[in-house]
Amino acid sequence: MAHFTKATSVKDWFNQRLAVEKVEKVMMSEYWIPKNINFLWAMGMVLVITFALLLVSGIFLLMYYQPNVNTAFDSVNYTIMREVDFGWLWRHVHGVAASVVFLIIYIHMFTGIYYGSYKKGREMIWISGMLLFVAFSAEAFSGYMLPWGQMSYWAGMVITNLFAGGSLHADGLVEWIRGDYVPAQAFLTRFFMLHVLLIPLAIMGLIGLHFAALRIPHVNNQDGEEVDFDAEAKKYLAGDKAGSKVMRFANDFMAKDMMVVGIYLVFFFYLVFFHYGFAMDPVNFDPADGLKTPAHIYPEWYFLWSYEILRPFSTDIGLMAFAFAQVIFVLLPFLDRSPNTVPASRRGLFQIWFWAMLVDMIVLTAMGKLPPAGIFSTIGLVAALTFIGLWIALPFITKMEKKA
Amino acid sequence: MKNKEPLILAVVIFFTIVTYYLVEPFAHSQMHKHYESEGFAYKDLPELTKTGDATRGHDLVMGAGACTGCHAISKAGMPAPMSPTDSAATYGVNPPDLSNAGAVYDAKFLADLIKNPAHALMVEHKFDPAKGKVHPMAQFYGAGGDMDQEVADMVAYLQSIAPKGEELTPAMAFETACGRCHAVHYEKWTQIGTKPSFKKKQDELAFDTSVLDYQDSLKAYMGKLPPDLSIYIRSRGEHYIKTFVENPQNYLKGTAMPRVGVSEESAEKVIEYLEDSGDTKRHERESVGKNVMIYIIIFAIFALLWKKQVWRDLH
Amino acid sequence: MKNSSRRGFMGKAFGAVAGVGAIGSLYAMKKSWDPLPSVKAAGFTTLDMSAYAENELVTEKWRGKPIFVLKLTADMLKAMKSKKNDMDRLIKVDGSYYMVTIGLCTHLGCIPGYRPETEDFLCACHGGMYDASGDVTKAPPPRGLDIPPFKIDGTKLVLGEEGSEYKAMKENGITL
Repeated sequence: MAHFTKATSVKDWFNQRLAVEKVEKVMMSEYWIPKNINFLWAMGMVLVITFALLLVSGIFLLMYYQPNVNTAFDSVNYTIMREVDFGWLWRHVHGVAASVVFLIIYIHMFTGIYYGSYKKGREMIWISGMLLFVAFSAEAFSGYMLPWGQMSYWAGMVITNLFAGGSLHADGLVEWIRGDYVPAQAFLTRFFMLHVLLIPLAIMGLIGLHFAALRIPHVNNQDGEEVDFDAEAKKYLAGDKAGSKVMRFANDFMAKDMMVVGIYLVFFFYLVFFHYGFAMDPVNFDPADGLKTPAHIYPEWYFLWSYEILRPFSTDIGLMAFAFAQVIFVLLPFLDRSPNTVPASRRGLFQIWFWAMLVDMIVLTAMGKLPPAGIFSTIGLVAALTFIGLWIALPFITKMEKKA
Repeated sequence: MKNKEPLILAVVIFFTIVTYYLVEPFAHSQMHKHYESEGFAYKDLPELTKTGDATRGHDLVMGAGACTGCHAISKAGMPAPMSPTDSAATYGVNPPDLSNAGAVYDAKFLADLIKNPAHALMVEHKFDPAKGKVHPMAQFYGAGGDMDQEVADMVAYLQSIAPKGEELTPAMAFETACGRCHAVHYEKWTQIGTKPSFKKKQDELAFDTSVLDYQDSLKAYMGKLPPDLSIYIRSRGEHYIKTFVENPQNYLKGTAMPRVGVSEESAEKVIEYLEDSGDTKRHERESVGKNVMIYIIIFAIFALLWKKQVWRDLH
Repeated sequence: MKNSSRRGFMGKAFGAVAGVGAIGSLYAMKKSWDPLPSVKAAGFTTLDMSAYAENELVTEKWRGKPIFVLKLTADMLKAMKSKKNDMDRLIKVDGSYYMVTIGLCTHLGCIPGYRPETEDFLCACHGGMYDASGDVTKAPPPRGLDIPPFKIDGTKLVLGEEGSEYKAMKENGITL
């Protein structure tokens, strides 16, 4: 038994048992953040807030949603939207947040790519972040099944068909995933389980890992400068707050975090109440009908770039390209052969690579939404090939990079 | 260090807006044809040239017009000749009660309908006498006088018994113009009427059976069962529904859905009924939204002020 | 230090504004938990009192609970008229007297059985007994059968609505 003394105060009682003051210092007031950052560094907190909005709105939807193929659609569009007080609010918050979270994820990801925040000791932050992207993608997909509209059904049909592996004809695997020959009751309830329990647990675990991976290397800065956190912290604690290169996470950085969150929430709630059509596609307001495919099927916007890489090619090549696209981002820390941890603007060809990749993904996204015909499918093919080409080129470009 | 944040913000906003524009407005314009509304002008139908007399019209409707042989006019004490389900089995569809027709339908349309139903309804592609298929509603061959005058009289009569202005509620407009083919289960509307609550299970099942029998007749008549419209205001939107109702052939060439001939005011009421069904809480959403926007702007201002205070020492 | 107290103020002010938002959200959450309009609307049952036969217990349903409806014979009434308490428990509709109570024993909630031969109720769970007016005659039930809110509407009884007769019963402690 460790040595305990009579507590001198409530704080002391908790300190002896849970080391609350030490934890507070490590996580908050003596977690040092470089001052040389910009508002993009707040995207992590914006994601936490958005995830919290999804969790809370999800809880109230869960009280009334029915995961049964006959009642699911009406449990959402009648019970929740018409009968439950503020049910419409939770539904709108949940749908808009599920879409906007990916905008923030992409901004957060590309910030990391631009500033080299995946290199030199920060590889686990990048990898855990990409795993979070995969987990959020699975969460979004499983959630989209639940209203059991036309898009839910046919997206479920198409995406599970991918697992047949083209020429491999692994139809047995597809049926096993679905629990039936087509998306039906078994499919709905197992994706309900994934969406409500398993994937949220995985996400929360991965967030823990992501924060843990961030704590030791500390956050990067706008110049990629290696900061001596101990020395700068000493300066700050000695009273030279203005001269020190670092600041406290709480309350210094959190104050700026909250300001960015405040501005974000103005934009967010405007969408929730007045402009939400992009997040709740009209096609999904038709109840699921296994005997009628909609004239236009498309995934939600954040999957479009990935979808477009699959489309221009024949089945097997398309599947290989698609698999390549899912995995390749994770390998970024190892494909980037340059030791320079500086912003892209100081990295010669990598700067061009960065903007080309960003524009290419936007082109892929746009083409993924459009019907695959005429000029659109040509542009889509070129963009898909460009994507693959850029990744193949990356090791060569970065190997040649001058030391910054 | 120069503050790069305004530039960074501009870049982020630029790429977000470009992506949004391409994925939403642009893509949807490529996927869906856009039709402008003609304001329910029914330009293809002839203008009315005669002023109708409601009294003469009454006599024609009850007499030579033979309307009440198929149509109920409950306002005038004329009951339906058969139950809805039996009518549907006989004619394919239940001939509507004409009590509200004068308020719901456009006058030009009504006049043309009486003289040539398949033409006014734009279903001549389906009901072509040359091919042996005649529309279940017989056309009016006149009562021996000036047919245009007689038709104008009949229309005037229907208008005289119809509800005026606000008396015609959105529900009435919908039930008259659309309700014989389209169910709206969110409002408990079936093609044979609003479903009541039943104490005995047998009575409920008997009602449900009548509805299903009616729907079978309707499916045979139309080719497929007209969809339930409960959530159509969200799946199709106001513009599509209005322009579709104006001319179904624009969007679905060859469709069996007739041009129902509603007036512009009635179309607005039908839209309102559909909004009550599929977007019930819209007023609450707007008022709560306004309050939340005011609050969140105050929240952001206070966050900004706190940040400025905290960071004064850090610069 | 002036700065830290000013900074403390702004931080607290921001915290207060955030708190207002939290309270608003909690209000919306509480409302979402409320019973749905369709549930509250289903909370009314109308009984057609002309349909009941004398000394024949009929069990109806109201808000998921069994409701005993017993039409009293003239003899049963004569016996009760001597005990004022019992008469106060009865409902008079269109000249006849009825016992209308929630069919759950006030002891621990079992459904008592009616015995037409002895014109009383016996609860099988613990032996509690009630007379034909619903008044308790043998322990362990602590009080007579509860009377549901009702309103007399011609020859009908609407359960779930509080009419003046029901309100009087509540005031006189006849029922809870």
